[in-house]
Amino acid sequence: MLEAVKTQQTPVIEGAPRSAPADVQLDARLAAAPAPMTGATAPARADALARLKEQGLPGPRHEYWRYTDPAPFNAARPEPVALETVAGDPKLFASVDKLRLVFVDGRFDAAASDDPALAGVEITTLAQADAQPGHWVAEAYGVLEAQGQKPVRRPFAVLNTAVATDGLVIRVTGKADRPVQILYRPSDAGADVIVHHVLRLEEGAELTLLENGLLGARGNVVIEADLAPGAKLHHIAAPRAGVARIATTHLFARVAEGASLKSFELSVDGRHMRSESVIELAGDDAVAHVAAAVLGDGGNLRHDDTVFITHGGLRGESRQVFKKVLKNGATGVFQGKILVRPGAQKTDGYQISQALLLDEDSQFLAKPELEIYADDVKCSHGSTTGALDETALFYLRSRGVPRERAIVLLVLSFLADALEEVEDEDLRAEISGRLEDWLTAKAQG
Amino acid sequence: MLEIKNLHVQLEEEGKQILKGVTLTVPAGEVHAIMGPNGSGKSTTSYVLSGREGYEVTDGSATLDGRDLLEMEPEERAAAGLFLAFQYPVEIPGVGNMTFLRTAVNAQRKARGEEELSSGDFLKLVREKAKALDIDAEMLKRPVNVGFSGGEKKRNEILQMAMLEPRMCILDETDSGLDVDAMRLVAEGVNALRSPERSFLVITHYQRLLDHIVPDVVHIMHDGRIVKSGGPELALEVERNGYGDILAEAADA
Ligand SMILES: Nc1ncnc2c1ncn2[C@@H]1O[C@H](COP(=O)(O)OP(=O)(O)OP(=O)(O)O)[C@@H](O)[C@H]1O
Ligand SMILES: [Mg+2]
Repeated sequence: MLEAVKTQQTPVIEGAPRSAPADVQLDARLAAAPAPMTGATAPARADALARLKEQGLPGPRHEYWRYTDPAPFNAARPEPVALETVAGDPKLFASVDKLRLVFVDGRFDAAASDDPALAGVEITTLAQADAQPGHWVAEAYGVLEAQGQKPVRRPFAVLNTAVATDGLVIRVTGKADRPVQILYRPSDAGADVIVHHVLRLEEGAELTLLENGLLGARGNVVIEADLAPGAKLHHIAAPRAGVARIATTHLFARVAEGASLKSFELSVDGRHMRSESVIELAGDDAVAHVAAAVLGDGGNLRHDDTVFITHGGLRGESRQVFKKVLKNGATGVFQGKILVRPGAQKTDGYQISQALLLDEDSQFLAKPELEIYADDVKCSHGSTTGALDETALFYLRSRGVPRERAIVLLVLSFLADALEEVEDEDLRAEISGRLEDWLTAKAQG
Repeated sequence: MLEIKNLHVQLEEEGKQILKGVTLTVPAGEVHAIMGPNGSGKSTTSYVLSGREGYEVTDGSATLDGRDLLEMEPEERAAAGLFLAFQYPVEIPGVGNMTFLRTAVNAQRKARGEEELSSGDFLKLVREKAKALDIDAEMLKRPVNVGFSGGEKKRNEILQMAMLEPRMCILDETDSGLDVDAMRLVAEGVNALRSPERSFLVITHYQRLLDHIVPDVVHIMHDGRIVKSGGPELALEVERNGYGDILAEAADA
């Protein structure tokens, strides 16, 4: 249904507004959220703080910040938001059998959460782990984040490591029999939420992690996930855009031999969003799939997915499937890179990014990159931007399907490939159902 | 049932005149055929009747049971009972055939103030009708027309028609690309729907289909007009002699 207009789009560079010098901004940013220098993770924080001071906050000229203005993330404080507009928790995952862990304004809320007891899974919070001398988190906190800074800097992740005070610390030793859900709730209109989760999946362990809800006036989430050989992590992040819908999220993962990471993002209400996935296939036969279905509506909307997948082992398989539906002047950004290290033979890398523009005011900026240092690999990438297929629309309408409903069907069909990346059929049906509800409600104005 | 009067249509973008005064009446219960050389305006007529964008009606009218078709949205025309079996059925990746059929059936029922079909009743109905058209269950599960052969697409059009039970069915070259057996199945499908309340307008190039679906009237279209109408024997004449004599005669008239 998508008419391929361009196979590879040349990015348009826009002039971003000039703001205060980066070092002045950094001081203000740190003054607003000081780094706690106690606990097991103190050395990692000190290191992050030093790295942050050295590299500073990004300006619009930064190579990976050309399409998305970093100013809203750089600002010392977010604009407070009207909390009345937030009506309870999202329906998504409400009916799924899971272990629910609630964060209010970025702080773990034990009373609102389920008892964090799940066979094969040890769950604690960053605040608690920090207070325990010798906790393994001291060895893990900030490690994958720091490694993920090369060759491309990710300053908001460094900031997160330096100043985060809460999050989940999860060690998975067996096969979790139900998903763990992180549910974000806002309570303070000005909350600038910074959360840092650390996951360790031991050999052969399996976990499904769901993340949704609303952060705060602004959000900054980092997940570090270390997958031992044969481990499987299934991660589904759905609107965690914050009340103000301004957020940066980072997923740093290391995937060992035979392990598999599948991460899917659903975003239907973002405004200024930057979502980064930095994944290293460290062992042989490792697998990483990252996918997203994004709906962007509105002139000041910008949704940016930035992905960096490194193939370090033999026979690694990676897939990137990004689909964005944009209207009313929304901008979608995709920066996706596959790096194949010397010796990573038989790599199978695939990347597709596609935008469906529902009007002529919206735009999609895509920057696919391949960097390959091995000779026996299969890597492909493609990017398309297209409009609704008028012929298909007429066909549906000629069968009596009303226009609005026909558009919902065509949008869902456009997103289908991305949703396919959600392996669990029940979860896929849940996401697809909510997406359909949302589109239908939106179509009815 | 269907009344087209002096219909003039041009392409919206190029301003090119395609229909130059089509007049045609299909009474309830009758089957009419339209034949005519390539490019004479047959498909254009069917698209304009079903509401496709890109055409501008500059003169004339088209009504279904006295209701002005040209004023309606495509989905309203469908709910009013109009159906077009496309000359080139459209592939829609990502939309399942079943979802599509069910959405269409229920949307029309809703528009007509009828109760929606339950999934059980719907499934039963589809299976039964699909079987009669030799469409297997596997095909129903696939996305709309994706990976269907030419003949399968045409049979899928007839399945949609059978499910929607329209009052006015327009078939645009449904026979082209069909093998002999498929043609018989399609014809049987159409004949099964024939009733005093239902009419058909069958666009075709070949007499063969009309052996199976015997028309009451055959119209010859040329250069955007109906130039001659007659009984089934007109189709035989076209088959034997081509359009030359008929068009020459029409030019003289
Ligand atoms: N969108 C369009 N753009 C340009 N020309 C068009 C368009 N639609 C129709 N035409 C022209 O209008 C004329 C009539 O086309 P139409 O498809 O109605 O013919 P037809 O009688 O169905 O022919 P066939 O038997 O080949 O199917 C043709 O000359 C065709 O090229
Ligand atoms: Mg035609």
